Amino acid sequence: MKILVTAKRVEDPESKIKVKPDGSGIVQEGLKYKINPFDEIGVEEGLRLVAKHQGEVVVVSIGGKEVQEQLRHALAMGAHRAVWVNHTGPLDQLGIAALIQKVAEKEKPDLVILGKQSIDDDQNQVGQYLAEFLGWGQATFASKVESLESAEEKNKEPAVKLTADKKAVQVVREVDNGLATLECQLPAVVTTDLRLNQPRYASLPGIMKAKSKPIEELTPEKLGVNVTPQIQVLKLSSPPARKAGIKVPDVATLVEKLRNEAKVV
Amino acid sequence: MPIVLIVAEQQPDGHLRKASLNAITAGKQLAEKAGGELHIAILGKDPAKVADELKATGAKAVHVGAAAELEHYLAETYAPALATLATELKADYVGMASTAQGKDLMPRLAARLKAAMATDITGLNGSGADITFTRPMWAGNVFAEVKLTTPVKVFTVRATEFAAAAGGQAAAEVKTFAPKVEASKTKFVEFKEVKSARPELTEARVVISGGRGTKGDFKEIEALADDLGAAVGASRAVCDAGWVPNDLQVGQTGKVVAPALYIAAGISGAIQHLAGMKSSKTIVAINKDAEAPIFQVADYGIVADLFKVLPELRAELAKLK
Ligand SMILES: Cc1cc2nc3c(=O)[nH]c(=O)nc-3n(C[C@H](O)[C@H](O)[C@H](O)COP(=O)(O)OP(=O)(O)OC[C@H]3O[C@@H](n4cnc5c(N)ncnc54)[C@H](O)[C@@H]3O)c2cc1C
Ligand SMILES: Cc1cc2nc3c(=O)[nH]c(=O)nc-3n(C[C@H](O)[C@H](O)[C@H](O)COP(=O)(O)OP(=O)(O)OC[C@H]3O[C@@H](n4cnc5c(N)ncnc54)[C@H](O)[C@@H]3O)c2cc1C
Repeated sequence: MKILVTAKRVEDPESKIKVKPDGSGIVQEGLKYKINPFDEIGVEEGLRLVAKHQGEVVVVSIGGKEVQEQLRHALAMGAHRAVWVNHTGPLDQLGIAALIQKVAEKEKPDLVILGKQSIDDDQNQVGQYLAEFLGWGQATFASKVESLESAEEKNKEPAVKLTADKKAVQVVREVDNGLATLECQLPAVVTTDLRLNQPRYASLPGIMKAKSKPIEELTPEKLGVNVTPQIQVLKLSSPPARKAGIKVPDVATLVEKLRNEAKVV
Repeated sequence: MPIVLIVAEQQPDGHLRKASLNAITAGKQLAEKAGGELHIAILGKDPAKVADELKATGAKAVHVGAAAELEHYLAETYAPALATLATELKADYVGMASTAQGKDLMPRLAARLKAAMATDITGLNGSGADITFTRPMWAGNVFAEVKLTTPVKVFTVRATEFAAAAGGQAAAEVKTFAPKVEASKTKFVEFKEVKSARPELTEARVVISGGRGTKGDFKEIEALADDLGAAVGASRAVCDAGWVPNDLQVGQTGKVVAPALYIAAGISGAIQHLAGMKSSKTIVAINKDAEAPIFQVADYGIVADLFKVLPELRAELAKLK
């Protein structure tokens, strides 16, 4: 199987995000960056599928020079090759999906795995745009039934299952009130939810090896994509802070407050 | 005149998903600001009963598309059917609630309509042709005002930020249309419902959530929930450990709730959890650690062992009855 996995660069989820006073962006000082956690799960799932069915995992990231860090991280986990779409400046999901579409048409993977959302913009759109642009099936919010402590997890079986004839994948998805299973003909687009798997750590030999793995450089011009954004982010602001509450000494006081002050019981 | 089309959702059990009513309110506000009119679409194998419920929500028309192929929801069959309707109506805006289905379907539909999209909107600003959306980013640490510049604009609605559309208005015209059904490369295999006798998390008036501090023992949380007719929620740590079903997860990457009362027991208050419950009217935190970040958003905090507090709380509340 050939699997294309995306690797977006995002702020570390532990970072404190502050809006600049003029609302034009966020304060960059002191921020650390990582691969989007959902994309890391995607890389792991790709590696498990390839370990089981042979093939290769190709990672792709779009952004300035700095996104090579996230590509190296994926390569250190075990991905085979990387594609870097060099572009600085704003990008919306239409542009991002159009770029990944061109990369997919070039690479001809059996599966493209993306994160269900990126933890900075929280848009939850790119995978679905991509599936429609390519005319492929989609299975978003891929999950699994077993807990992470299960024996299966330890054996690192892929949760995305290839059918016996190898022409489709079965995917269990997290939806409202339960789990839905879909079967998608290959090639298809899958987006990852948190409980799909637990990504491996990059080993030291993996990190060493990653240094010599190839990163191919492309640009929107080379791919023939116009990435002029159709989303204008006009202004950022901080949400109104909740007013600080109080600590109560005992349960009787709590119930009294809930009854007479908050009037909720 | 600008046309706003809101897509309503039928649950697998045949009922209307309640969040659709909140999305309709957002649609109504948008139609007013844009100086346009509101339409509703509903698809399925047999959506007539749901269409009936939608008649009194203040829309101009309810468009019903029934087809046997639409029995099980699939983005690949619903998106073309809705795209044809949106194009026929010349819809300027297409929206839906940010349910699992809304999040799966709307971006695919947007791609088909060559539209830009805003996810999980919490507010609407401006008027006429100059409408902007407010939406959260970075786990609700930041709110952005965004403008979509494509001719058609797509959005999903954070249900907790808009009231449910109330009935009692003049009945909308119900129109049927023949949905365009395309072959799908994806097949529905099964849906395993997690059944619960308790109210739905996103609709409950009271939510009691447990975190890692419960060590997986939810008995006291469930007992209190039953006393209060409340829904049970959980932090990601608890869902990941397999202690409760995944769809109880509250947070940035789980469900967003805003009940009148939210009780967090044994939850530290990580930013990703707060993102899903910070809009609750009253928040109570029970945590052994006085420094836990959850106390920064809680109206009432109690620094103690949850296994001691929860039974006491049940006993005190019982006295009120
Ligand atoms: C302050 C600020 C201002 C902005 N201003 C603008 C603006 O003016 N105009 C504009 O068009 N956009 C702007 N953006 C960016 C825009 O909001 C998002 O980048 C865009 O909507 C894409 O959505 P997403 O990355 O959240 O995708 P999601 O749909 O949430 O991401 C899902 C998945 O898509 C993949 N993916 C997404 N991006 C990449 C990538 N770069 N490389 C590889 N894989 C990727 C990943 O797998 C990710 O997990 C701004 C963003 C911010 C924070
Ligand atoms: C990409 C990403 C997405 C995420 N999405 C979500 C999300 O949607 N929702 C979410 O919840 N999290 C999410 N998280 C995880 C989040 O960062 C936290 O790890 C998680 O919320 C912690 O859960 P917790 O508070 O239950 O556990 P902990 O942080 O371990 O806190 C347990 C708390 O219980 C207290 N405690 C222990 N014993 C007792 C006792 N007997 N009585 C009273 N108190 C006790 C402790 O003092 C502690 O404060 C996400 C993380 C990432 C990276």
